Amino acid sequence: MPPPAPILRMSGIGKQFPGVKALDGVDLRLLPGEVHALMGENGAGKSTLIKVLTGVHPIDAGTIELDGRAVAFTSPLEAQQAGISTVYQEVNLCTNLSVAENIFVGREPRRRGRIDWPRMRARAVELLARLDLRLDVSAPLSAYSLAVQQMVAIARAIDIDAKVLILDEPTSSLDAGEVEQLFQVMRNLKEEGIAILFVSHFLDQVYEISDRMTILRNGRLVGEYLTRELPQVELVAKMIGQELAALEKLHGEAKEFGSPLVEARGLGRAGAIEPFSLTIHEGEVVGLAGLLGSGRTEIARLLFGADHAGTGEVAVGGTPVSLRTPRAAMNHKIAFCSENRKSDGLIPDLTVRENIVLALQATRGWTRPVPREQQDELVGRYVAALKINPADPERLVRDLSGGNQQKVVLARWLILEPRLLILDEPTRGIDVGAKTEIQRLVTQLSDGGMAVLFISAELEEVLRLSHKVEVLRDRRLVAELPNDDDLTSDVLMETIASGGRAS
Amino acid sequence: MTTAALDLSRRIPAKYVPVLVTGCLFVAMFVVGGIRYEGFASGQVILNVFVDNAFLLVVAVGMTFVILTGGIDLSVGSVVALSTMISASLMKGPGWPPYLVIPLVLVIGSVLGMVMGYIIHAFDIQPFIVTLAGMFLARGLCYTIGTDSIPIEDATFTAFAQTKVNLFAGMWVSPSVVIAAVVVLVAAYVLHYTRLGRAVYATGGSEQSALLMGLPVARTKITVYTVSGFCSALGGVLLSFYMLSGYGLHAVGMELDAIAAVVIGGTLLTGGSGFLLGTVLGVLVLGLIQTVISFEGTLSSWWTKIFIGLLLFVFILLQRLFSARRT
Amino acid sequence: MKRLLWPVVVLLLLLVVNLVFTQNFFSIQMRDGHLYGSLIDILRFGAPLILVSLGMTLVIATGGIDLSVGSVVAIAGALACLQISEDASLFTAVALALALSVLLGAWNGVLVAVVGIQPIIATLILMVAGRGLAQLITDGQIITVNSASYKVIGGGYWLTVPFSIILVLVVLAITAFLTRRLALGLLIESVGGNAEASRLAGIRSRGIIIMVYAFAALCAGVAGLMISSNVSSADGNNAGLWIELDAILAVVIGGTSLSGGRFSLGGTVLGALIIQTLTTTIYSIGVPPETTLLFKALVVTAVCLIQSASFRAKVFGRRGRAAPPSPAAPEEKVRVTA
Repeated sequence: MPPPAPILRMSGIGKQFPGVKALDGVDLRLLPGEVHALMGENGAGKSTLIKVLTGVHPIDAGTIELDGRAVAFTSPLEAQQAGISTVYQEVNLCTNLSVAENIFVGREPRRRGRIDWPRMRARAVELLARLDLRLDVSAPLSAYSLAVQQMVAIARAIDIDAKVLILDEPTSSLDAGEVEQLFQVMRNLKEEGIAILFVSHFLDQVYEISDRMTILRNGRLVGEYLTRELPQVELVAKMIGQELAALEKLHGEAKEFGSPLVEARGLGRAGAIEPFSLTIHEGEVVGLAGLLGSGRTEIARLLFGADHAGTGEVAVGGTPVSLRTPRAAMNHKIAFCSENRKSDGLIPDLTVRENIVLALQATRGWTRPVPREQQDELVGRYVAALKINPADPERLVRDLSGGNQQKVVLARWLILEPRLLILDEPTRGIDVGAKTEIQRLVTQLSDGGMAVLFISAELEEVLRLSHKVEVLRDRRLVAELPNDDDLTSDVLMETIASGGRAS
Repeated sequence: MTTAALDLSRRIPAKYVPVLVTGCLFVAMFVVGGIRYEGFASGQVILNVFVDNAFLLVVAVGMTFVILTGGIDLSVGSVVALSTMISASLMKGPGWPPYLVIPLVLVIGSVLGMVMGYIIHAFDIQPFIVTLAGMFLARGLCYTIGTDSIPIEDATFTAFAQTKVNLFAGMWVSPSVVIAAVVVLVAAYVLHYTRLGRAVYATGGSEQSALLMGLPVARTKITVYTVSGFCSALGGVLLSFYMLSGYGLHAVGMELDAIAAVVIGGTLLTGGSGFLLGTVLGVLVLGLIQTVISFEGTLSSWWTKIFIGLLLFVFILLQRLFSARRT
Repeated sequence: MKRLLWPVVVLLLLLVVNLVFTQNFFSIQMRDGHLYGSLIDILRFGAPLILVSLGMTLVIATGGIDLSVGSVVAIAGALACLQISEDASLFTAVALALALSVLLGAWNGVLVAVVGIQPIIATLILMVAGRGLAQLITDGQIITVNSASYKVIGGGYWLTVPFSIILVLVVLAITAFLTRRLALGLLIESVGGNAEASRLAGIRSRGIIIMVYAFAALCAGVAGLMISSNVSSADGNNAGLWIELDAILAVVIGGTSLSGGRFSLGGTVLGALIIQTLTTTIYSIGVPPETTLLFKALVVTAVCLIQSASFRAKVFGRRGRAAPPSPAAPEEKVRVTA
């Protein structure tokens, strides 16, 4: 049976943001009655692709055809009217309005100019029945769980005679039963001939629901594949890519360490990470490997006290401690560089110097300022050691490039001389030179006795630095592998893909 | 999931709770007042609250629209004063007839509101600052017209001031109350039965979501400030019926009374939740506090402010608890 | 510094306009061992506003706002005058008034930092109730006091200079010391600039926010003493009325953004002086004083428009269109609630 003609065809899409080429020659086609998965790691260009499709951003190059006609939307509203509906990961509905209103607001059924509430409610009930949902449609949306809100968003999306339905990470906050319910709805919609573009980081889900997938990496198209023909290992390899960098292996050997520094026992938080146990020794580099959304960041945040743990306990140097706030963790000499520099790391309006001394100042309180000479000395030392460029401590940190901003955050923690340094994707979105420098630094620090928890999406990088690798999948710690000669990125990918079942 | 939903609908929906609390408070104040004071427990006492606060009610209706979108309008008091001033001066000096003056005043108020709404939306400046500038501007225009009180002697205005609309059992209201009631009803209809009204709630609930749902957020925001400007101008006209004068120092601080009435009426200052009925009750509670204090005789007028402050505190705390429980 | 350029230009412009209309505007004379002159007057009359604006600057830098300072001005003046009229010592009167001010400010801070109420609403409570409280203290009367020593605070001279100016300089020096010599300023700017990042850097924002509101109220209290001492009476109803709006204005004109972060004490002082000079100018150039508010409205609008990025983009066309909304950007939701 030949495949039907695509309902949507994007070809040669290019999009340039200041300083970054977000998309470069990307093609995507959606067939009616098919679930199409859009795959790629963070920064691969998935969300940019969705945004240019739905008219949030204009495209710089390429064409978009809907139903054979060239289109260029200038707003999400236009895209919607043309039949492309989007449901975002964060439910973009108004929880203060009723369920029925959330489905119909903006195009409420009216009679003689006034909103016909009974008809609106009746139609809402009807529409939700199509999704196998029975709700009190006059209750406020906030009364329902996120899963139900997601369904309501879908109901709103399909009421607009959608031809294309985009689901951007719809399952990231759902539990297993809710996911199943969502998939049933997706299958029903598929039967009706709607083309569904599905974005998810959960491989099992992608294999369960999707028929076809398009893989992106670093803003470029890797390829389009039938899901049943692409093994999971190959998918992971295509998403992550093999860097052919001929860099020396920095640690790469498993090693026995004596004194445990931080021990987590049964630590967990509902909806974020299943309870896990993990021991980090002095001088040890522990790598966390896993895809985006697998729970990497969640582990880091729990160990730093940025989130409250629901279960389990942490011991530092053998004594149980309570890590209820970042400050408590800092008192135990734990430091954390967040993956999200902009929102969780930098104060963009402050200078390089001020950003660097911030954590040190916080531990001293406002009454005991770090003397200016000491500030200048510390900042000067780290600006030089980390090669922060421009080497002007009085520059506003917002004016620095991504790599240098990352070094500023690193310097902030290094002057505290932590015993455990948690680095969440420290090399993401920065140039190769800075990347190597940061990797070398990690090695030096651990040689000096500092423990490092190193999180990266790039398996090569994890392998080059770590003494042991913890593998995560679907919010579970599934395996702990010593970094011996048998451990290669292929083995790691296999472990990620199989969820540790093979090993 | 479905059973939980049914349980929820059987109880009183959470969104009505703040209004109910205010309603109960009002009834309680009235009952206590009736027990304590001779001649308090009569319908006319409540009607007098309406008579004395008709202009505030109209202004608070406009403020409700603005606050429902999550904004704030500090200019209302000054626009009220400006309206009394323009009315009085045009009728006294050039001798314009009221049927020209009143529409002109309403247009001026609406345009002022619209301009502020446009600046807030187009240039992304906080409503607080923009309407603060509007407040200075309107008050400044008042003083430019004149620094003294201008009496109004126009026959139509005085007729409005003195007419009593008889209800039943010897009770009466002023024509202003009738106008205010019409405004409340129209506003309630708009908020509940029109797309504009629902867009107001959606914008206040989440501006981001409203945009992504394809609602005309820009138009909605500009409209609510226009409505508020119109209501302030109309409130000014009603105040000139009540005072029979135009004065730059009329309605000083009325923006605070209007905001207080809206908050006490259970509308969230963050937007998206609240009812016009609540605002009406809020104005009634404020008015009744004054009535109680005047009946008490020995209590001084400043207790009004202290009570209003306390009430504000209690209601904001309640709202905070509610919203904390929801998330 | 570059961002103080506009306020300086505006202030100089105003002063030059004055010079054109009043020949001896810049002259400062010595009479009876006291300094006299138009410039001295601007400083003297502007002193309370400068004080209130200094406190407001810190509050705004944390991303907050304080509407209640006007009421605190009235309360402090009322309490001090009441004490003096009841034959308390000057020290007791001043100490009690300032202690009450700090308490009221701490109350605001707790509502904002601990209970998590939006600053504008949290301080609205005290703005409304505080007026009543001030009148309660004065019993609705205007309390007149006859104390030469109390008079010094707002109307006296010390070493030929008006005492109020000295007071302002002292408070300014203390504020500058706390924020720039000690580390308070860095932590305030950090909390106001990015609350979540500050939390993750280990800053305990709660205490800082409470302290900042208390400090703003203390400044307002001193301003209240100054105002009531200058006229030797306390008026619970009118003292400090709308001073919070002028203070917010002064802060904004001085280049501190209402969304928090970087603040400039110098800019605030300039902003307050601009507002005071504007008033003086209107008198001296013979425009009816009634139009002060019109001028103020124009100045606010102009300054805010110049500071608005989308206004600059639209008018000067540096960028095509403002960035479109992106769905649920998490960093935009970060608020100071901790």
